[in-house]
Amino acid sequence: MTTLRKDLQLIADMIEPENRVLDVGCDDGALLDYLVNEKGIDGRGIEISQKGVNSCVAKGLFVVQGDADNDLHEYPDNTFDYVILSKALQAMHQPREVMLNLLRIGKRAIVTIPNFGQWRVRFSLLTRGRMPVTKALDKTWYNTSNIHFCTITDLFDLIEQENLKVAEFVPHMSDGTRLNMGRKRANWHADQALFLLEK
Amino acid sequence: MNTSACNSVSLFTESPLELDSGATLSPVNVGFETYGELNEGRSNAILICHALTGDQYVASNHPITGKPGWWERIIGPGKLVDTNKYFVICSNVLGSCLGTTGPKEINPATEKPWGIDFPVITIRDMVKVQAALLDHLGVDTLFALIGGSMGGMQVLEWLATFPERLHSTIALATAARHTAQNIALHEVGRQSVMADPNWNGGRYYEKEAKPDKGLSVARMTAHITYLSEDALTRKFGRNLQSRDAITFGFDADFQVESYLRYQGSTFVDRFDANSYLYITRAMDYLDIAGRHDGRLADAFKNAAHVRCCIISFSTDWLYPTAENKRIVHALNAAGVPVSFAEIESPHGHDAFLLEEPEMDQMIEGFISAAAKARGLSS
Repeated sequence: MTTLRKDLQLIADMIEPENRVLDVGCDDGALLDYLVNEKGIDGRGIEISQKGVNSCVAKGLFVVQGDADNDLHEYPDNTFDYVILSKALQAMHQPREVMLNLLRIGKRAIVTIPNFGQWRVRFSLLTRGRMPVTKALDKTWYNTSNIHFCTITDLFDLIEQENLKVAEFVPHMSDGTRLNMGRKRANWHADQALFLLEK
Repeated sequence: MNTSACNSVSLFTESPLELDSGATLSPVNVGFETYGELNEGRSNAILICHALTGDQYVASNHPITGKPGWWERIIGPGKLVDTNKYFVICSNVLGSCLGTTGPKEINPATEKPWGIDFPVITIRDMVKVQAALLDHLGVDTLFALIGGSMGGMQVLEWLATFPERLHSTIALATAARHTAQNIALHEVGRQSVMADPNWNGGRYYEKEAKPDKGLSVARMTAHITYLSEDALTRKFGRNLQSRDAITFGFDADFQVESYLRYQGSTFVDRFDANSYLYITRAMDYLDIAGRHDGRLADAFKNAAHVRCCIISFSTDWLYPTAENKRIVHALNAAGVPVSFAEIESPHGHDAFLLEEPEMDQMIEGFISAAAKARGLSS
């Protein structure tokens, strides 16, 4: 049994076996490989880096080089049971369109975000007056690929605005520890949050 | 040098090959090379499909030029496509000129070379001949099918025509149709062949003079399309050829001119002008989606069990990434498992034949994972 990074394990636990899964931004394929081998998933990936693609291909995974902003629209409706977008929504040029696309091509979407509303981030901006650089968000404003930061509350607002359903909400810390709290408190405490979305 | 078995076989002797044009051919001779051994389970065969002016000498010396095989870099004992493990087959395509039936071979009806009485062929016709060759070799399903450029087009026609005989495929720098620009460039090549008085309406085989000028200009034009602007600039810039100053004449003042002239003049020694016409025509006629009301995905609907890998190159403007991605999207839509990458390379279309570490790594990973899936890993 392979051990997964804890935040990826949270995602893996949410997926029913023997389903079709698309992992958008699948990196070196660790999560996909786990899903394929341990859960009998029919998995596909999208990954921007050549290194990531080569690593996936060597694992026997099927991965298309590309990114969510440009390539999701090429996939037909309802191709997958789950589409995963892990910690990448904030790096999209069109996060709303990407989120809607996830739920067009998949029955369910699993979206995780770094929470810009967490108290450390708020405190850092309040006291230092500079764009926050924390352990979870360790790049400066000019070299970060994160161009559309949001908070947990922001994402809930968008989800409601688009009439999508949150089937599960799992706020957690970077190390994968779940926080057992509602969305308001989670927006203050959680480093990250996982949303299982449905149409 | 690799050891190969230099072979030729006569196929379609009983029932003729029915071409897409409606014409028939019988027999069809095929020149081919094999490397390595077919295993007991007959499960380790790899077919390599060559490009427009390629041939079956993929991993052994060319009989005319004496040069090493065109993909000897990756095919051979212990190499990326390991002939100690796999039985590698490469055959000269239908219409070409190194042992396979084509315009320079004898038409049995007239006992003279076919010339342009040879029927017009398609990429799918080439693939049907390859399938018959596999029957002859006792290979039911291929472990892998690999091709770049026109070789990739053959891979796509295999996926559309004989998917049940495939386990995994790799197509590089290719397209599922010829665009107006592709056709235009080929037409320039054909017109320069036909404008050569020695072409003589395609009847030059009995004569001493062949349409070498025309064919070499065609090759020069085509050669430019295989490189990128950046590659030409890096290689030649405005450098002068064995002189200190321009000559105010039409000699090959520039290195790039001299290079192209050399490419053209050596090409005519190993290639037949009429074959060039027929094969470029076959490529122009390629439009796999066209047979399916424009839906390319429909062509691949029976290939959902085939592992596919598509690779494009960033500076390839002949079969650019967009054309390769059309294939990927169609395969995805047809539920065919596919991996794809655009390799960053300055070398243009020719990159697929050159040393590209990222490409090598992707091919190696794909083949070893596919071998594992087929129970071939040792």
